[in-house]
Amino acid sequence: MNKEQTIAELKNIVKPYIANQEAFDTLTEDTDFINDLKINSANLVDVILDIEEKYDIIIDNEAMERMINVKAALEIIETKLSEKM
Amino acid sequence: MTNQDILYKLPYSKPFLFVDEIISIDENGVEGTYTFDENLDFYSGHFKDNPVTPGVILTEVMSQIGLVCLGILLLNESLNKNIAIALTSTDIEFLKPVFPKEKVTVFSEKIYFRFGKLKCKVIMKNEKGEEVCTGIIAGMIISK
Repeated sequence: MNKEQTIAELKNIVKPYIANQEAFDTLTEDTDFINDLKINSANLVDVILDIEEKYDIIIDNEAMERMINVKAALEIIETKLSEKM
Repeated sequence: MTNQDILYKLPYSKPFLFVDEIISIDENGVEGTYTFDENLDFYSGHFKDNPVTPGVILTEVMSQIGLVCLGILLLNESLNKNIAIALTSTDIEFLKPVFPKEKVTVFSEKIYFRFGKLKCKVIMKNEKGEEVCTGIIAGMIISK
C-alpha cells in the first residue's frame, strides 16, 4: 500500500463532509477527523462506509471507534487489506 | 413486535404525532399513512386565508414514519429510556402541495443501518398516487 496515494484517496473520500477547509488543505497523518476537519459524527459514518466501499473491506465497531484520525485510518485500511490476502 | 407496539413506542403525542397507521414494516423498510387534520394550528398562518401544509411538517411526517418507526423496529430490545433517536440530515424535494384533510402515504426504504446511524430513501404520495415529496433522511441513536 502506497501511503501517499492512500492519503490522497482518503482526502477525496472526506472532502464532501469536511467543515474546515484550512485543515483539509494542510491535511497530514495527524489530522483528526472530528476535531480538525470538523466532520460531524453522523457524517463520519458515511466516511467509514465510503472507505469500506473504496477498499472492499469491512470495518467493525472496534475499528470504527479507533478511526479518529488519518493515521488510524491508514493503519486500519492496511490491516484489513492484509487480512484479505 | 406488532405495528401497534411500534405506534405505542413512538415518542410523540398530539399536536406533534404524525403517524396514523403502519401498513407494513420489516427490517428493510416501512409504509405508513397520515391524514392532515384541518384544525392543525399551523394552517391558520401558513398561509393567511390559504392553508397549505408546510414543507417542514411534510419532512416531519416522512421522518416519523420512514425513520423513527423503522428505527424502533430495528432497535427492538435495545431500545430503552437512556437512548434517543435524533434526526441528523434531510435532503428533500417538494413536488406538489398538500392541503388540509389530505391523506398521505409514506414509503421508506433502508439504505443502511450501521454504527447506530439509519439512512433511508423516503417517498411521500398523495391519495391520487402522485409523489408529493422524495428524498433521503438520516438519524442516529444518541445516549441521553
